[in-house]
Amino acid sequence: MQSLRLRIFTTLVVLALGLAYMLPSIPGVKESPLGALLPGDSVSLGLDLKGGIHLTLGVDMDTAMHNNLSRLGDDLRAAARDEEIFVLRPTVLSSSRLEMVLIKGDQKSGFDSVIDKYSPFTIEETQNMGDGKVRYLLSVSPQYRDELTKLTMDQAIKTIRNRIDQFGVAEPDIRRQQDNRIQVQLPGLQDPERAINIVGQTAHLEFKMVDDAADIEKALGGVLAPGRELSTLITTHPGGGQSESPIVLRREAVLTGEYITDARVQLDQWNKPYVAISFNARGGTIFANLTGENVNKRMAIVLDGKVHSAPVIQERITGGKASITGNFSNEEARDLAVVLRAGSLPAPVVILEQRTVGPSLGQESIDKGVTAALVGMCLVLVFMVVYYGFAGFVADIVLCLNIMLIMSGLALFGATLTLPGIAGIILTIGMAVDANVIIFERIREEMRRGLTVRAAIAEGYERATLTILDANVTTVIAAIILYQFGTGPVRGFAVTLTLGILSSMFTAIFVSRIFFDLYTKSRSETAKLSI
Amino acid sequence: MGLQIIKPGTRIDFIGLRKIAFVLSAVLVLAGLGSLLAKGGPQYGIDFAGGMIVQIKVHKDVELAKLKGALEETRLPGLIVQTLGMADDHEYLLRTSSSDISSQQVRTMVADALAGPLGEGGYEIQRLEMVGPKVGADLRAHALEALFYAVLIIAVYISGRFEQRWTVAAIMAAALGGSIYGIGLLGLDMGWLIVMAMLITVGLCWYLKLNYALGAVVALIHDVAITVGVFSILGKEFDLTIIAALLTIIGYSLNDTIIVFDRIRENTRAQQDPRRFRSIINESINQTLSRTLMTSLTTLMVVACLFVLGGSVIHDFALALLIGIGVGTYSSIFVASPILMGFGPSMVAEGEGQA
Repeated sequence: MQSLRLRIFTTLVVLALGLAYMLPSIPGVKESPLGALLPGDSVSLGLDLKGGIHLTLGVDMDTAMHNNLSRLGDDLRAAARDEEIFVLRPTVLSSSRLEMVLIKGDQKSGFDSVIDKYSPFTIEETQNMGDGKVRYLLSVSPQYRDELTKLTMDQAIKTIRNRIDQFGVAEPDIRRQQDNRIQVQLPGLQDPERAINIVGQTAHLEFKMVDDAADIEKALGGVLAPGRELSTLITTHPGGGQSESPIVLRREAVLTGEYITDARVQLDQWNKPYVAISFNARGGTIFANLTGENVNKRMAIVLDGKVHSAPVIQERITGGKASITGNFSNEEARDLAVVLRAGSLPAPVVILEQRTVGPSLGQESIDKGVTAALVGMCLVLVFMVVYYGFAGFVADIVLCLNIMLIMSGLALFGATLTLPGIAGIILTIGMAVDANVIIFERIREEMRRGLTVRAAIAEGYERATLTILDANVTTVIAAIILYQFGTGPVRGFAVTLTLGILSSMFTAIFVSRIFFDLYTKSRSETAKLSI
Repeated sequence: MGLQIIKPGTRIDFIGLRKIAFVLSAVLVLAGLGSLLAKGGPQYGIDFAGGMIVQIKVHKDVELAKLKGALEETRLPGLIVQTLGMADDHEYLLRTSSSDISSQQVRTMVADALAGPLGEGGYEIQRLEMVGPKVGADLRAHALEALFYAVLIIAVYISGRFEQRWTVAAIMAAALGGSIYGIGLLGLDMGWLIVMAMLITVGLCWYLKLNYALGAVVALIHDVAITVGVFSILGKEFDLTIIAALLTIIGYSLNDTIIVFDRIRENTRAQQDPRRFRSIINESINQTLSRTLMTSLTTLMVVACLFVLGGSVIHDFALALLIGIGVGTYSSIFVASPILMGFGPSMVAEGEGQA
């Protein structure tokens, strides 16, 4: 054993560091003058303790790919048209294949070079259809798909982060997970449903022309003219309530939400909220031309596939402003403005997992966890003193040190304290004294064999140390595996359990011995030990 | 010296009690297995099965039946209403097997159903969790993987650790890994893989004469099986925290067994006569008895506090630990050591161990 002085010094250094890292986590200390001197890290609480929402969102990558291919196809068709080559509207066959039909077969070489030049497609197969038309089967490479997937995910995360920032949540945590999933953690929210709506809404805004000449009855029966689609118009009644009716639109979106620079809630003359949107210069020009060409026709404002309103265009609208009306509540209008400002998601998302803990339950969990820990700790402290006397008192001191080290360890490593994490600390209280029990029982045995106190202590520590190390390895193995495979709360348990075991070995083997050595140093060989 | 629960020189013939202990263990394990078979496997919580739970705190006394009746009006698929935590918490858990329905809808339904019996604001939704089938399947796979690797690594660790025969442990690891990989090719469910891994471990320990490891592994399987069985009998659900509890129990059970086995080995070295093996085991258990009981006592004390005071969310987790730690203490005395006894001291181990 090293010199006693060195060991005391080491312990004091650890104690000081432990205190420095633990104190900021105690309410009130950070704000006090002392707080300025201490490190800034404090124990962060998991969502199950501070309340909040945990969401796992799945990005619908098939739809994203479909949309992407369809857009690429349209671009290619436009590029071909610029060179006087005409093709029919492309059909998306799967998430990596597209079919296009070239009208004039003799333009084949021209079209081939357009494909080569302007698109990421490779030609998989061409087929003469007899009437001079040529059918093209185009596909994108897996690399291109991967790149698109990555772009889509990045954009989805960026959009969600934007929305949450605008909505105003402190310390959101948004991260990408495997299988095209996004994990969103929003601490301390009062109204989870609103937040879910903001995060999960695709908010794909389109402006489409209404085909008033179409026969609704026939459309409902499935008969639609080419380039038309059946949609749903949501009509709001003055007295409240909504009804849905079918409406036929031209499929092509004449303008989309991507040109929006701003969206604000405003009130109309009846004090009803609506969302006023502003376009950027390009969007403003498109909108002005569009309205100028279609005076007296109806234009539908489509949000996520549903028509919110379909007003008749009275005149050419310049200035790049439009408005979305509907029977919105103030909150709904505000949330819609938020999602429009933040931009639309590149693909629909579905909520795969949702865990919401109300703030009251979080606080209740903390209170109950702390109560359970304190009561359990008091029981153990009293029990140890009653059973082991002086030695029990030493075990109690190092147990307190141990708890302090766990807390400072959590702060130091930036780990999150969860409810199972608190359970882990409580379990450690029970298991930490185990190391002391092993040592004390061994010392007792050696004393019974007739060894002097000093020799018994030396022998007891020596023999017990290996046993303790080795008995704790199995629990650490279990904890590491738990950490590897567990999710949030369970990981918290693994962390506190591991920290607890490691620090208990230090305190029980290293620190407690100092007390015994100090005790025997000042006494004669034949002195008794209360153990 | 302070108090002593176990007087020095205590000599209880634990090995002599092994028949009673085996019967008791067999009854407990079989009861649990029977319950599992009768109920068609463990009952999974929403973490693994998917679905939605809503934890509701009611502000005044209300009969469960009345509450149930009101909530059943919601006609949610697979609806279960149960009380949560201690009786005076007034907390209820509503569970539905559906995860397609939006949480908004469920909140509205609950509000409509409870407005009658409780009035406006008479309750509070404290927690709402929804796990979709995909995430549920993923979590289940993760939990099983965790258990699987825990069994695998610990099997290798103890075969090396107890016998100081790391070459044999390496053979063990290779054989176990190989056979599991082979079985894995058959496309069996992960759950079965774990059962197979355990059986192969027991078989290999027996075949390679890793007797200490055999005792430890049987004790560990015994503890986990009884905990799982009691949970099934009590109708409790398995979720992520219960898996965490099971892994902790594995760690704890081994910890206990290691302490006893270490003493047995220490005493065997001092005493070369193999015919005295039975009394050496008894002596070792008696020598470590007060430590075993003290540690169990302090641990059970704090876990009981967690069970009673820790709140509804952590209740089942604490229950699993209570059962597992209780059984773990029992098994290190009454299961692990008699098994070691049954197969005799492994002579090879001693030769190598001392070298």
